[in-house]
Amino acid sequence: MTMDEAGAPNGEAKKFLYVNRKAPYGTIYALESLEVVLIGAAFEQDVELAFIDDGVYQIVKGQETDGIGAKNFSATYKALGDYEVTKFYVEAESLAERGLTADNLMEIMYEDEDDDWAEKPSIKIVNRAEMAEIMSAQDVILSF
Amino acid sequence: MKFGIVVNEGPYTHEASDSAYQFTKAALEKGHEIFRVFFYHDGVNNGTRLTVPPQDERNIQKNWTDLAETHNLDLVVCIAAAQRRGILDENEAKRQGKDANNIAPGFRISGLGQLIEAGIEADRLVSFGD
Repeated sequence: MTMDEAGAPNGEAKKFLYVNRKAPYGTIYALESLEVVLIGAAFEQDVELAFIDDGVYQIVKGQETDGIGAKNFSATYKALGDYEVTKFYVEAESLAERGLTADNLMEIMYEDEDDDWAEKPSIKIVNRAEMAEIMSAQDVILSF
Repeated sequence: MKFGIVVNEGPYTHEASDSAYQFTKAALEKGHEIFRVFFYHDGVNNGTRLTVPPQDERNIQKNWTDLAETHNLDLVVCIAAAQRRGILDENEAKRQGKDANNIAPGFRISGLGQLIEAGIEADRLVSFGD
Protein backbone atom coordinates (compact mmCIF):
# COMPACT_ATOMS: atom_id res chain seq x y z
CA MET A 1 0.00 0.00 0.00
CA THR A 2 1.35 3.44 -0.87
CA MET A 3 1.01 6.43 1.42
CA ASP A 4 -1.61 7.97 -0.85
CA GLU A 5 -3.85 4.96 -0.58
CA ALA A 6 -3.58 4.79 3.20
CA GLY A 7 -6.89 5.03 4.98
CA ALA A 8 -8.77 3.31 7.75
CA PRO A 9 -9.62 -0.27 6.73
CA ASN A 10 -13.33 0.58 6.54
CA GLY A 11 -12.63 3.79 4.64
CA GLU A 12 -13.55 5.96 7.64
CA ALA A 13 -11.03 8.42 9.02
CA LYS A 14 -9.55 7.44 12.36
CA LYS A 15 -9.35 9.84 15.27
CA PHE A 16 -5.72 10.71 16.08
CA LEU A 17 -4.84 12.62 19.24
CA TYR A 18 -1.34 13.98 19.76
CA VAL A 19 -0.67 14.46 23.46
CA ASN A 20 2.02 17.04 24.15
CA ARG A 21 3.41 16.65 27.65
CA LYS A 22 6.82 18.30 27.57
CA ALA A 23 8.18 21.86 27.42
CA PRO A 24 9.08 23.10 23.91
CA TYR A 25 12.81 23.33 24.58
CA GLY A 26 15.10 21.25 26.78
CA THR A 27 14.19 18.08 24.91
CA ILE A 28 13.32 17.47 21.26
CA TYR A 29 9.96 15.80 21.89
CA ALA A 30 7.82 18.88 21.15
CA LEU A 31 9.57 19.67 17.87
CA GLU A 32 9.48 16.07 16.65
CA SER A 33 5.84 15.75 17.72
CA LEU A 34 5.05 18.73 15.52
CA GLU A 35 6.80 17.00 12.62
CA VAL A 36 4.48 14.00 13.04
CA VAL A 37 1.43 16.27 13.19
CA LEU A 38 2.46 17.99 9.94
CA ILE A 39 3.02 14.70 8.11
CA GLY A 40 -0.10 13.17 9.66
CA ALA A 41 -2.22 16.08 8.43
CA ALA A 42 -1.67 14.87 4.86
CA PHE A 43 -3.42 11.56 5.60
CA GLU A 44 -6.94 12.98 5.91
CA GLN A 45 -7.51 11.55 9.35
CA ASP A 46 -9.23 13.36 12.23
CA VAL A 47 -6.44 15.14 14.08
CA GLU A 48 -6.65 16.79 17.49
CA LEU A 49 -3.94 18.05 19.83
CA ALA A 50 -3.84 17.93 23.62
CA PHE A 51 -1.53 19.96 25.84
CA ILE A 52 -1.01 18.74 29.38
CA ASP A 53 1.69 19.02 32.07
CA ASP A 54 4.69 21.06 30.82
CA GLY A 55 3.28 20.63 27.30
CA VAL A 56 1.20 23.77 27.89
CA TYR A 57 4.44 25.78 27.60
CA GLN A 58 4.60 24.81 23.91
CA ILE A 59 1.88 27.32 23.05
CA VAL A 60 2.80 30.11 25.46
CA LYS A 61 3.21 33.40 23.64
CA GLY A 62 6.40 35.45 23.44
CA GLN A 63 8.83 32.53 23.06
CA GLU A 64 12.40 33.72 22.49
CA THR A 65 15.15 31.18 21.86
CA ASP A 66 18.17 33.23 20.72
CA GLY A 67 19.85 32.74 24.08
CA ILE A 68 19.87 28.93 23.82
CA GLY A 69 20.69 28.65 20.11
CA ALA A 70 17.62 26.53 19.39
CA LYS A 71 15.16 27.08 16.59
CA ASN A 72 11.98 28.89 17.70
CA PHE A 73 9.25 26.79 16.11
CA SER A 74 6.31 28.27 18.02
CA ALA A 75 4.91 29.97 14.88
CA THR A 76 4.26 26.53 13.38
CA TYR A 77 1.37 25.95 15.81
CA LYS A 78 -0.36 29.00 14.34
CA ALA A 79 -0.05 27.55 10.82
CA LEU A 80 -1.71 24.23 11.70
CA GLY A 81 -5.17 25.65 10.93
CA ASP A 82 -4.17 25.66 7.26
CA TYR A 83 -3.63 21.90 7.57
CA GLU A 84 -7.10 21.42 9.07
CA VAL A 85 -5.67 20.88 12.53
CA THR A 86 -8.08 23.09 14.43
CA LYS A 87 -8.60 21.49 17.81
CA PHE A 88 -6.10 22.31 20.54
CA TYR A 89 -7.30 21.05 23.91
CA VAL A 90 -5.39 22.64 26.79
CA GLU A 91 -5.81 21.25 30.28
CA ALA A 92 -6.93 23.92 32.78
CA GLU A 93 -5.26 22.23 35.76
CA SER A 94 -1.90 22.08 33.97
CA LEU A 95 -2.11 25.83 33.27
CA ALA A 96 -3.12 26.66 36.86
CA GLU A 97 -0.37 24.47 38.36
CA ARG A 98 2.15 26.57 36.42
CA GLY A 99 0.61 29.95 37.24
CA LEU A 100 -0.58 30.37 33.66
CA THR A 101 -3.92 31.53 32.28
CA ALA A 102 -5.44 31.54 28.80
CA ASP A 103 -4.05 35.07 28.38
CA ASN A 104 -0.51 33.64 28.38
CA LEU A 105 -1.22 31.49 25.34
CA MET A 106 -0.65 32.38 21.69
CA GLU A 107 -3.65 33.39 19.62
CA ILE A 108 -4.16 30.36 17.38
CA MET A 109 -7.01 30.70 14.87
CA TYR A 110 -8.51 28.73 12.00
CA GLU A 111 -10.99 29.53 9.26
CA ASP A 112 -14.20 27.49 9.59
CA GLU A 113 -15.15 26.31 6.11
CA ASP A 114 -18.60 25.29 7.39
CA ASP A 115 -19.27 28.82 8.64
CA ASP A 116 -18.35 31.07 5.70
CA TRP A 117 -14.65 30.84 6.64
CA ALA A 118 -15.21 32.72 9.87
CA GLU A 119 -12.05 33.01 11.99
CA LYS A 120 -12.37 30.99 15.18
CA PRO A 121 -10.00 30.16 18.03
CA SER A 122 -8.41 26.69 17.87
CA ILE A 123 -7.61 26.58 21.58
CA LYS A 124 -10.16 25.17 23.94
CA ILE A 125 -9.44 24.99 27.66
CA VAL A 126 -10.82 21.83 29.21
CA ASN A 127 -10.59 20.37 32.69
CA ARG A 128 -8.89 17.09 33.57
CA ALA A 129 -12.12 15.06 33.50
CA GLU A 130 -13.03 16.46 30.08
CA MET A 131 -9.52 15.64 28.84
CA ALA A 132 -10.00 12.04 29.95
CA GLU A 133 -13.23 11.90 27.92
CA ILE A 134 -11.48 13.37 24.87
CA MET A 135 -8.77 10.71 25.17
CA SER A 136 -11.23 7.86 25.53
CA ALA A 137 -12.93 8.90 22.29
CA GLN A 138 -9.75 8.41 20.20
CA ASP A 139 -8.64 5.56 17.96
CA VAL A 140 -4.93 6.41 18.10
CA ILE A 141 -3.06 8.38 20.75
CA LEU A 142 0.54 9.45 20.21
CA SER A 143 2.03 10.87 23.38
CA PHE A 144 5.18 12.97 23.28
CA MET B 1 -4.97 -8.68 16.89
CA LYS B 2 -2.85 -6.47 14.66
CA PHE B 3 -0.40 -4.26 16.58
CA GLY B 4 1.71 -1.29 15.61
CA ILE B 5 4.70 -0.62 17.89
CA VAL B 6 6.43 2.73 18.46
CA VAL B 7 9.86 2.91 20.14
CA ASN B 8 10.73 6.44 21.28
CA GLU B 9 13.95 5.92 23.25
CA GLY B 10 17.42 4.66 22.41
CA PRO B 11 18.90 1.42 23.74
CA TYR B 12 20.36 0.96 27.26
CA THR B 13 19.72 4.44 28.75
CA HIS B 14 16.01 3.69 28.88
CA GLU B 15 14.23 0.37 29.22
CA ALA B 16 11.68 1.38 26.56
CA SER B 17 13.33 -0.56 23.73
CA ASP B 18 13.66 -3.70 25.87
CA SER B 19 10.00 -3.46 26.87
CA ALA B 20 8.95 -2.94 23.26
CA TYR B 21 11.04 -5.96 22.23
CA GLN B 22 9.57 -8.19 24.97
CA PHE B 23 6.04 -7.02 24.10
CA THR B 24 6.57 -7.62 20.38
CA LYS B 25 8.09 -11.06 20.98
CA ALA B 26 5.29 -12.08 23.35
CA ALA B 27 2.60 -10.83 20.98
CA LEU B 28 4.09 -12.82 18.09
CA GLU B 29 4.37 -15.95 20.25
CA LYS B 30 0.67 -15.58 21.12
CA GLY B 31 -0.15 -15.52 17.41
CA HIS B 32 -0.79 -11.81 17.03
CA GLU B 33 0.34 -9.84 14.01
CA ILE B 34 2.85 -6.97 14.22
CA PHE B 35 2.11 -4.59 11.36
CA ARG B 36 5.28 -2.58 11.93
CA VAL B 37 7.76 -1.41 14.56
CA PHE B 38 8.51 2.28 14.13
CA PHE B 39 11.58 3.87 15.74
CA TYR B 40 11.33 7.60 16.50
CA HIS B 41 13.18 10.24 18.54
CA ASP B 42 16.31 8.61 20.06
CA GLY B 43 14.64 5.28 19.27
CA VAL B 44 16.40 5.43 15.90
CA ASN B 45 19.63 4.57 17.75
CA ASN B 46 18.34 1.02 18.13
CA GLY B 47 19.04 0.63 14.44
CA THR B 48 22.82 1.07 14.31
CA ARG B 49 24.88 -2.08 13.76
CA LEU B 50 27.96 -0.44 15.34
CA THR B 51 27.05 -0.89 18.99
CA VAL B 52 29.34 -3.26 20.88
CA PRO B 53 27.82 -3.98 24.30
CA PRO B 54 29.80 -6.10 26.81
CA GLN B 55 29.48 -9.81 26.05
CA ASP B 56 27.59 -10.63 29.24
CA GLU B 57 24.91 -8.03 28.40
CA ARG B 58 21.98 -8.28 26.05
CA ASN B 59 22.56 -6.95 22.55
CA ILE B 60 19.44 -4.91 21.91
CA GLN B 61 20.10 -4.23 18.23
CA LYS B 62 20.80 -7.91 17.59
CA ASN B 63 17.63 -8.88 19.47
CA TRP B 64 15.60 -6.74 17.08
CA THR B 65 17.49 -7.97 14.02
CA ASP B 66 17.02 -11.63 15.02
CA LEU B 67 13.33 -11.10 15.74
CA ALA B 68 12.90 -9.40 12.36
CA GLU B 69 14.58 -12.30 10.59
CA THR B 70 12.55 -14.93 12.42
CA HIS B 71 9.16 -13.26 11.95
CA ASN B 72 9.70 -11.16 8.84
CA LEU B 73 9.11 -8.02 10.93
CA ASP B 74 9.04 -4.55 9.39
CA LEU B 75 11.47 -2.41 11.45
CA VAL B 76 11.30 1.20 10.27
CA VAL B 77 13.64 3.98 11.41
CA CYS B 78 12.30 7.52 10.91
CA ILE B 79 14.41 9.29 8.32
CA ALA B 80 14.16 12.79 9.80
CA ALA B 81 15.04 11.59 13.29
CA ALA B 82 17.78 9.34 11.88
CA GLN B 83 19.46 12.13 9.93
CA ARG B 84 19.72 14.26 13.09
CA ARG B 85 21.32 11.38 14.96
CA GLY B 86 23.63 9.88 12.35
CA ILE B 87 21.79 6.72 11.39
CA LEU B 88 22.32 6.14 7.66
CA ASP B 89 21.77 3.40 5.14
CA GLU B 90 23.81 3.07 1.98
CA ASN B 91 21.53 5.26 -0.13
CA GLU B 92 21.31 8.03 2.49
CA ALA B 93 25.06 8.01 3.04
CA LYS B 94 25.58 8.46 -0.68
CA ARG B 95 22.90 11.11 -0.97
CA GLN B 96 24.28 13.13 1.97
CA GLY B 97 27.92 12.71 0.94
CA LYS B 98 28.89 10.71 4.01
CA ASP B 99 31.73 8.16 3.99
CA ALA B 100 29.93 5.37 5.86
CA ASN B 101 26.59 3.90 6.80
CA ASN B 102 25.53 2.05 9.93
CA ILE B 103 22.00 0.71 9.54
CA ALA B 104 21.62 -2.73 11.09
CA PRO B 105 20.29 -5.75 9.17
CA GLY B 106 16.52 -6.02 9.34
CA PHE B 107 16.01 -2.27 9.72
CA ARG B 108 15.03 0.14 6.97
CA ILE B 109 14.88 3.94 6.85
CA SER B 110 11.66 5.61 5.77
CA GLY B 111 9.38 8.55 6.45
CA LEU B 112 6.95 9.51 9.20
CA GLY B 113 4.08 8.50 6.94
CA GLN B 114 4.96 4.94 7.96
CA LEU B 115 4.07 5.82 11.56
CA ILE B 116 0.73 7.31 10.57
CA GLU B 117 0.01 4.30 8.35
CA ALA B 118 0.74 2.01 11.30
CA GLY B 119 -1.80 3.98 13.35
CA ILE B 120 -4.37 3.61 10.60
CA GLU B 121 -3.77 -0.06 9.80
CA ALA B 122 -3.19 -1.51 13.26
CA ASP B 123 -5.98 -2.35 15.69
CA ARG B 124 -3.78 -0.95 18.47
CA LEU B 125 -0.76 1.33 18.30
CA VAL B 126 1.40 0.76 21.38
CA SER B 127 4.11 3.32 22.26
CA PHE B 128 7.18 2.71 24.39
CA GLY B 129 9.10 5.64 25.80
CA ASP B 130 9.13 8.26 28.54
